[in-house]
Amino acid sequence: MKKYLSFFRLRFVMGLQYRAAALAGVVTQFFWGFMLILMFRAFYRADASAFPMSFEATASYIWLQQAFLALFAAWMMEQEIFDSIVNGNMAYELCRPVDIYSMWFSRSAANRIAKAVLRCVTILAAAVCLPSPYGLQAPAGGWNFFLFLVTMLLGFGVTVSLGMLIYVLSFFTISPQGLRLLFSSLAEFLAGALIPLPFFPDNVRKILELLPFASMQNLPLRIYSGSISAVQMERAIVLQIFWLAAITEFGKFLCRQAEKRVTVQGG
Amino acid sequence: MITMEHVCKSYKIAKRNAGLQEAFRSFFHREYEVIHALDDVSFTIRDGEMVGYIGPNGAGKSSTIKILSGILTPDSGTVLVDGRIPYENRMKHVKEIGVVFGQRSQLWWDVPVIDSFELLKDIYSIPNPQYQQSLNELTELLNLEELLRSPARQLSLGQRMRCEIAASLLHRPKILFLDEPTIGLDAVSKITVREFILKQNQMFGTTVILTTHDMQDIEALASRIILIGKGKILLDGTLEDIKKAAEGRTALERKGFAAGRNMTGERTAAEGGNVSEARTDLKNKAAEKKYRLADGKTVRGQDAERIGKTIDETIAELYRSYDI
Amino acid sequence: MGKLYKGVRLYLHYVSIQVRSMMQYKTSLILSIIGQFIGSFQVFLGIFVMFQRFSRVEGFTYSQVLLCYGIVLMEFSLAEMFARGFDTFSGLVRSGEFDRILVRPQNEILQVLGSRFELTRLGRMIQAVVMFFYGIWASGITWNFAKVLTVIFMLIGGTAVFSGLFLIYAALCFFTMDGLEFMNVFTDGAREFGKYPMEVYGKKALLFATVIIPYAWIQYYPLLYLLGRETSFLFMLMPLGACWFLVPAWLLWRYGVRNYQSSGS
Repeated sequence: MKKYLSFFRLRFVMGLQYRAAALAGVVTQFFWGFMLILMFRAFYRADASAFPMSFEATASYIWLQQAFLALFAAWMMEQEIFDSIVNGNMAYELCRPVDIYSMWFSRSAANRIAKAVLRCVTILAAAVCLPSPYGLQAPAGGWNFFLFLVTMLLGFGVTVSLGMLIYVLSFFTISPQGLRLLFSSLAEFLAGALIPLPFFPDNVRKILELLPFASMQNLPLRIYSGSISAVQMERAIVLQIFWLAAITEFGKFLCRQAEKRVTVQGG
Repeated sequence: MITMEHVCKSYKIAKRNAGLQEAFRSFFHREYEVIHALDDVSFTIRDGEMVGYIGPNGAGKSSTIKILSGILTPDSGTVLVDGRIPYENRMKHVKEIGVVFGQRSQLWWDVPVIDSFELLKDIYSIPNPQYQQSLNELTELLNLEELLRSPARQLSLGQRMRCEIAASLLHRPKILFLDEPTIGLDAVSKITVREFILKQNQMFGTTVILTTHDMQDIEALASRIILIGKGKILLDGTLEDIKKAAEGRTALERKGFAAGRNMTGERTAAEGGNVSEARTDLKNKAAEKKYRLADGKTVRGQDAERIGKTIDETIAELYRSYDI
Repeated sequence: MGKLYKGVRLYLHYVSIQVRSMMQYKTSLILSIIGQFIGSFQVFLGIFVMFQRFSRVEGFTYSQVLLCYGIVLMEFSLAEMFARGFDTFSGLVRSGEFDRILVRPQNEILQVLGSRFELTRLGRMIQAVVMFFYGIWASGITWNFAKVLTVIFMLIGGTAVFSGLFLIYAALCFFTMDGLEFMNVFTDGAREFGKYPMEVYGKKALLFATVIIPYAWIQYYPLLYLLGRETSFLFMLMPLGACWFLVPAWLLWRYGVRNYQSSGS
């Protein structure tokens, strides 16, 4: 376990190095969030009755999404890992006394956390200061906030393990780039990163909520502002745990297959 | 003719100690270090000269090449290459020069080499007959016949370097900059490359400026050597001059070393012996130098044999004595 | 004129080499194109989902928004097709490949764009063509010569503005390597948010898009003309006027090349 923590630390420190990048990221996300809120405001003005959640809750959803973007964005994948798969450097990794899956997992988790830590504080602070209804509200309650933290951790796990799945799958395909593009845009849309899931037509939404993508950001962000009922919440958390376990196990299984292929074919 | 006068160039780099805490601290407060890549560098290179430009990693070799080829603008000083200021009228300047970066490829990876050459023909606007002539000559001299139809990625390093050099010479530059052209090559390829460069210089009078860590390159090619360290020119002369300097400096260093030891009274006898040896060495050198002026070649051979050191050792000693 | 012709020919030569290179990996290329084509659908789906719930936004109907999106996406894709090479420019600087470009007697911009032409972008281009014609077909506008001309002007001006933004992005690489993420707001962000007419984002956003970066010149104002809400020829010509944006972008680039610090050894 210690060596994975070491990997984690190394990556984390590397992430901290890029100060200008962090600043640029904060500005970008703040701006992005603001534009999204302005867009939703226009729709809200057009027909407030058709709005599926309160406008304040929508704004909070967007700010949390921007603040924790690095934890949940499906498109944030590491080119380095793809490269090491494509050019066969993965064989070198096999020379080390580590489990590849755990190593990459801790590595991408660290990368995401390093990015998120630097960005979230500033964005959250700024968002709290914005006047209502555009700013970040307080959570719907203490229990909600606690569950928000728990599901955020779980959702983060689901995001990383889905990313791992793509890394490992790209080992078996001829076009990692195509796979990556396809996966990230699909996951973004289905996870509610573009438009929160409540805005989808009801029957579509019901199906989407069963998919692993809904276990990423959708659940914690909606729990925060209480735009989900207690019954739904329980079911969703169970589902989230299930997806996390299932995807991780599947990823590990695929990774073992990939390793076998490397050792047999020599990369 | 190439002249550099009092050229300076410095960079600012961020530095930070190891550790998580340091990483956090440097996130808010960053310290910078100014590196003087070139510190008052002056030299002149005449047409048709072959100059070896040597020095340890980070001494300022690449910065010099980059300034001369118009990539970098110096902070101060004047640079003239055949009457042009490289970074002022870049386009006009680079038409007349050829550059080989040994560590990078200029060939397009996935297409046959000849396709890359065709594109270079367009880039340099080489007229058709001249292009054909250059291509034929280079193909023959560098033995490229078999290679032209394969994509660059399928070539061995040696084969690729031969193509790289050809690519840099298609437009018949008057000045050729070679940045570590033999790096990583096997013995046969190295010799082919060296012979070719020599021939190019003899046939067309091409001025060649060569940076390398391979001292055999220097021995084979450079009639003049410029040694640079920590951004300053330390020596400018022939290979023999370099060898002499190395001997002389090491001897002097030993002397100083012995004197230092003398204070503590240890091993005085042994060191003292060394000092007298060094002195005679220096005397011998002085005598030889006179002799060399009369007949350079014979002494050169004798000299090397007598000292019994490889050129690599000599250079390493020299670097050490300059503390670079 | 001869110089221009030579430049175009050289650019095409570059492109043909890139295309030949990519043809070595045909399957991968095709899959990437498909990936990008499908990937670009999400923005359209986003509009579609919103209009399942709402009938109009700031007075613009679904089909009018689609027209707006189709044109903006087309502008963006055209610019992307030949100017997105600047996007990977930081890589060129980092790897030192830009050194190589500087020792060649051709315009740097032409070389950068030529060496970074990517066929995978065809995916978004196809998407843009589909959306563009769908938008025009669905808009229900009665087309006349002036309106067709306006659309052409929009494509020209839009390509210029987005190319200018890509150029600025690249020029900034000369000064900082890792602070460039914020530029995405202006490039990808403009494509993303450009799906709705600028007025949707409020008066201040519209002012910004009019005065600072001329987005509204290539989107909102000529759109008003297309939809018949404005009849002045000024609105028709605005997208052409937006080309001024290339000037400061180019000046910044020149300044950057002048201050180029080649990386390492």
